[in-house]
Amino acid sequence: MTAPADIIHLTAADLASRLSAGELSSVEATTAHLDRIREVDGDVHAFLHVNERALEIAADIDRRRAAGETLGPIAGVPLAIKDVLVTTDMPSTSGSRILEGYMSPYDATVVARSRAAGLVPLGKTNMDEFAMGSSTEHSAYGPTRNPWDLERIPGGSGGGSAAAVAAFEAPLALGSDTGGSIRQPAHVTGTVGMKPTYGGVSRYGAIALASSLDQVGPVTRTVVDAGLLHDVIGGHDPHDATSLKESWPSFASAAREGASGDVLRGLRVGVISELPDSGFQPGVSARFRATLDAMAAQGAEIVEVSAPHFEYGVAAYYLILPAEASSNLAKFDSVRFGMRVIPHAGATVEEVMAATREAGFGDEVKRRVILGTYALSAGYYDAYYGSAQKVRTLIQADFDAAFAQVDVLATPSAPTTAFRLGEKLDDPLQMYLNDVTTIPANLAGVPGISIPAGLAPEDGLPVGIQFLAPAREDARLYRVGAAVETLLVDEWGGPLLDRMPLWGGMA
Amino acid sequence: MGRDKLMDFDEALERFEPVLGFEVHVELNTRTKMFSAAPNPAHSANHDAAPNTLVAPVDMGLPGALPVVNEEAVRASISLGLALGCRIAPSSRFARKNYFYPDLGKNYQISQYDEPIAFEGSVEVELEDGTVVTVAIERAHMEEDAGKLTHVGGSTGRIQGAEYSLVDYNRAGVPLVEIVTKPIFGAEHRAPDIAKAYVQTIRDIVLALGISDARMERGNLRCDANVSLRPRGQERLGTRTETKNVNSMRSVERAVRYEIQRQAAILAAGGMITQETRHWHEDTGTTSPGRPKSDADDYRYFPEPDLLPVAPAPSLIDELRAGLPEQPVVRRRRLKADWGFADIEFRGVVNAGLLGEVEATVAAGATPAAARKWWMSEISRIANADGREPGELVTPAQVAQLQRLVDEGTLTDKLARQVLEGVIAGEGDPADVVASRGLAVVSDDTALIAAIDDALAAQPDVLQKIRDGKVQAAGAVIGAVMKAMRGQADAARVRELILERAAQ
Amino acid sequence: MRHLGVLARIQLSDEEVTRLTGQLDVIVDNIAKVSEVATADVVATSHPIPLQNVFRDDVAADVLTVEQVLQNAPEAADNRFRVTAILGEEQ
Ligand SMILES: [Mg+2]
Ligand SMILES: [Zn+2]
Repeated sequence: MTAPADIIHLTAADLASRLSAGELSSVEATTAHLDRIREVDGDVHAFLHVNERALEIAADIDRRRAAGETLGPIAGVPLAIKDVLVTTDMPSTSGSRILEGYMSPYDATVVARSRAAGLVPLGKTNMDEFAMGSSTEHSAYGPTRNPWDLERIPGGSGGGSAAAVAAFEAPLALGSDTGGSIRQPAHVTGTVGMKPTYGGVSRYGAIALASSLDQVGPVTRTVVDAGLLHDVIGGHDPHDATSLKESWPSFASAAREGASGDVLRGLRVGVISELPDSGFQPGVSARFRATLDAMAAQGAEIVEVSAPHFEYGVAAYYLILPAEASSNLAKFDSVRFGMRVIPHAGATVEEVMAATREAGFGDEVKRRVILGTYALSAGYYDAYYGSAQKVRTLIQADFDAAFAQVDVLATPSAPTTAFRLGEKLDDPLQMYLNDVTTIPANLAGVPGISIPAGLAPEDGLPVGIQFLAPAREDARLYRVGAAVETLLVDEWGGPLLDRMPLWGGMA
Repeated sequence: MGRDKLMDFDEALERFEPVLGFEVHVELNTRTKMFSAAPNPAHSANHDAAPNTLVAPVDMGLPGALPVVNEEAVRASISLGLALGCRIAPSSRFARKNYFYPDLGKNYQISQYDEPIAFEGSVEVELEDGTVVTVAIERAHMEEDAGKLTHVGGSTGRIQGAEYSLVDYNRAGVPLVEIVTKPIFGAEHRAPDIAKAYVQTIRDIVLALGISDARMERGNLRCDANVSLRPRGQERLGTRTETKNVNSMRSVERAVRYEIQRQAAILAAGGMITQETRHWHEDTGTTSPGRPKSDADDYRYFPEPDLLPVAPAPSLIDELRAGLPEQPVVRRRRLKADWGFADIEFRGVVNAGLLGEVEATVAAGATPAAARKWWMSEISRIANADGREPGELVTPAQVAQLQRLVDEGTLTDKLARQVLEGVIAGEGDPADVVASRGLAVVSDDTALIAAIDDALAAQPDVLQKIRDGKVQAAGAVIGAVMKAMRGQADAARVRELILERAAQ
Repeated sequence: MRHLGVLARIQLSDEEVTRLTGQLDVIVDNIAKVSEVATADVVATSHPIPLQNVFRDDVAADVLTVEQVLQNAPEAADNRFRVTAILGEEQ
C-alpha cells in the first residue's frame, strides 16, 4: 500500500508501474487526486469542472486489468484536461461565459485517445478565455493561482493545467499552445510543458484560437511523463487535414534514453544573439546561463547563432492570431449553442447576435476579435495579415539557418518569473511581450519544450529553460530535455517542486 | 413593392446595349459533403432527409470541428473545369469568406478566392434558332452551400415580416462549384435567349459528367444573372444588378428580359441604377430590390488555415480529361442525326430540357419517336399541371418499359396512360402497375366472345346489318364490349371477332 | 471602431469604443512594424508545415443524431434551430 500523500507525488511513470504491478489500483490513485483537488483547489482554482464519473472509470480500468486485459502503458493514471478540449461527459467552455454549460456531442481526438489508453479524466482545467492570455486572469470563471505563491499568476493560457500538475492535483494534463500557452505556464510553475511539431498532435476537438498556430501537448512534472502522454495523444488523425501522416518514434523511450545516456556530449546548443540577457529578469538570465554552463560541463557545445527576424515575431503573431481568431470565434452567435442574450423585445437575430457577443465575450477576447477584424478588413490585409505571413517565412528561414549550425536552440522560456495577479491586466501590450521567446516556434511550426531550470534568486520563483528543435524532431527535445532534467535534479538533490513552499516537499 | 415602369423590349435594345454575366452554382452529387463526411442531400439517395439529420460537427460549426476536403468533389470540380474549357490551376487553395448569417454554421463560408481551381475557359452555347454563341468563363471555384432557413409568421413566407425563422443545416456543406462568366457583350436581342441557353448548356454539361442531379427546382443548379445597360456608343459599363437564385431556365430568360426593360425605363427617365441584388418572383414575373452593395460587404477573405492547397498532378488532369463526355453542341448534332427528327421536333425536345431523358429512354430500348412522344406529351402535361419537372416523375427505363408493353399488345395507348399515372403515383414500375391494377388488355378470346355475345343479345339487329354490308354498325357493339371490359380490350381484336361472327 | 464592431457582430458600448480605440492605436503602432521586413520578394507562409492534397474518401461518417444536433440549442422548434426575425438578406 502506498499512502495517499505519496501517491500524489508519484510521477505518472511510477504510478503506471505500480498500477501494472498490482501494487496500486486506479481507484486508489484517482481517489488520492480527487482528495487533493478537494483539499487545495479552493485556493488554486485549477479546475473548472471535476469529473463525477472519474472513480467509475478508474474502477472499470481496475476491472479490466484484473480480467487480464492488456492495457496501455499508462492505463489507470489520472489526467486533467484543459477546457479548450471538447469532452462528451463534461462541459467544455474554453474559459468563456458564452459557452457556459456547453456539452459537446463528440470528444476531441486527444481526449478519445486518452480514454482509449485507459487514462482517467479527472476534470477540466481553467484557462484564459479562448486561450487568449498569458496569466489565466482572462478566464470568465476567475483566475487560477500559482501554487508557488497564491498571489501570483500560473501563466497562461493553460494556467489551470500547469497549476494542477504543480499542485499535485493531477500527474498529467493536456494543454494547448498557440504562442506559448503550454511552455510559459510550465516556466512559472516549475513544471514541464511540450509543444509538439505543428501537425504532430490532432487539433480536432480543440476549440480553435488560431488554427495555423494551435497545437495540443502534454503538461507534466517530468520529461518522461510528457513523453508517455505524447505517445498516447500523438500521430495522424484523418479528422485534421493539417495532421502529419508520418509515424513517430516513442517519445517516452527518447526521454528515457536522454535521462540515462550521454546525450549532451557533443550536442551543439544554439543561443540566439538577438535575445540579449538584458531583456530578461536577472534571475531568469542567471538560471539560463547556469543551465548552459552545466550542459557545457557535460560536453555540450554552446554556439551563438543569429535569428534576426525573431524580433518581428510578436508583431506578426499579434496580427495572425487575432485575424484567425476573429473568424474562428464567429461561430459563437447564439444560434446553435451557447449563450443567447435578447436585448429587447422584438430584437432581430442580428441584434441578438451582437448583444450576445457583447455580453458573452470578455475584454481581451473583444480586443483581439476587433483587432483581427481590422487586420483582415479590405485595404489593410496586405499591410497587416499579408505582411505577418511573410514574417513567418523569414522566421522559418532563421530557424533553418540556425539548425544548419546547431542541434537545438535554447532560450529562457519567458522573460520574467510569475508576476502578481492584476499587475499587467491594464497593459495588453506588456502582457503580449511575455510570449517573445515562445512565439517563434508557433510561427514556424517547430517543437519546443520548457523544463524547470531552478529558482530565480531574487524572488525564489521557478524559471524554465526552453529548447527548440527542427520540425518533426520532437524526439530530440525529449532526449535533450530529459538529459538536462536529470543533470539539474541531481544537482538540486531532488525535483524543483519539492521546494514549493506551500504544498511541495513530501509534507 | 411598387410596380416597375418597363420600356418596350425592342425600344430598350435600340437605345441601350445589354451586358450580361452569370454566376451559376452547381451542387455536386457526391455521396458526402464538401468538408464533412455527412451524407450529401444533393445526392438522390438523401434528398428527402428530415431536417438536421445530415449534419456532422463541422456543418453546424461545432466548437473544435475541422473541415477535410472530399476528394471526389475535387475530381468532379476538375472535370467540370475541363468541360468548361478552363485551365486547371497547378495549385489552388481555399479561403474563408467571413459574414454572419444564421444559415452559416461557422459564420464563414469556405470558398476559393484568389486561387480558384479552374479559370479562363469558354463554352459554346446553341440558341433556339440554332445560332452558336461562345461564352467566356472567368473561373470555376469550389465552395460549400449554406443551410436552409424557413421564415415563419407574416403572410408571405418571405423574410420580410416573418416573426421568426427555423434553421436546418442539412444543406450546409453541400459541395458547390460556382461558375462565373466574363462579361458577355454583343448579346443584343438575344440576351434572354443566351441566358436561358447558357444555363441549359451548363445543365447539359454537368448531367453528361454525372456530377450533379442538376434539378433546378431542387436548387441543384442556381443562377444569379447580372445585367447592366449602357447607352449606345458609351465605353464605360453601366451599373449592374444581380438577380439571385433564378431557379428555372425559363425564369432566367424572363428575368433578364425584365431587367433590361426595367433598367432601360429608369435610364431613359434620367434615373440611376442602384447596384444591388434583386429577387426574382416567379408568380408575378418581376424582380424586386434586395440588399444594396455596401461597405458592410467586407468579407475579410483570408487563406483557410484548416485546409491545404489542392495541387492536382498532371496525370490526374489527363485522366479526367480523357473521361470527358462530348460537348453539348456536338452531342446535339449527333443525336439529331441518329434519331432522324425534324428540326422543329428536335428543338422541341432541347427546349423542353428533355434531351437526356429521351436519350436514356432510347438507350433503354424505345424507338426515338416513341420516347419523344411520351416525354413531350403525356409526361410533360402531367409535370406542367403539377408544377414539377418531367424527369422527376418517371425514369427513362420506366418509359421504355411502358412502350414495350404497348408494342407487345399488353396495353393499348389508353391503358398505357393509366399505367403511367400509376407509375407517377409511386405504384412501381409499369409491369407492377399493370399487375396490381389489373390493367392488361384481355387477350383471352373466350372472355371477349362472351362479352360480344352479351352485347349482341342486347342489340340483335346488328349482326344482320353487318351481313347487309353496313359494317359500321359494329361500332355500337364494340363500344358496349369495351365498356363491359372496362377498356381492357383491344378494340381492333373485338372488331375482328364481331366480323368473324357475322361471317358465320 | 463602430464599423469594426458591426463587422465583428459585437454591440460595443460607448465606453468600450473609447477604450478599445486607444488600446488598438497603441497595439497597431507596435505590430505595424511587420511591414518593415515584409518586402515584395518574400513569399507568405500560411501553413507552418507545407502539405498539399490532403483529402477524405467520399464515405459517410460522423453524422450526428438530431438530438445531438439540437442538444445545446438556445431555442428549437420542429427539429430546427429557432431564431428571431432576420433583418438582412442572404449574401
Ligand atoms: Mg457569388
Ligand atoms: Zn458562391
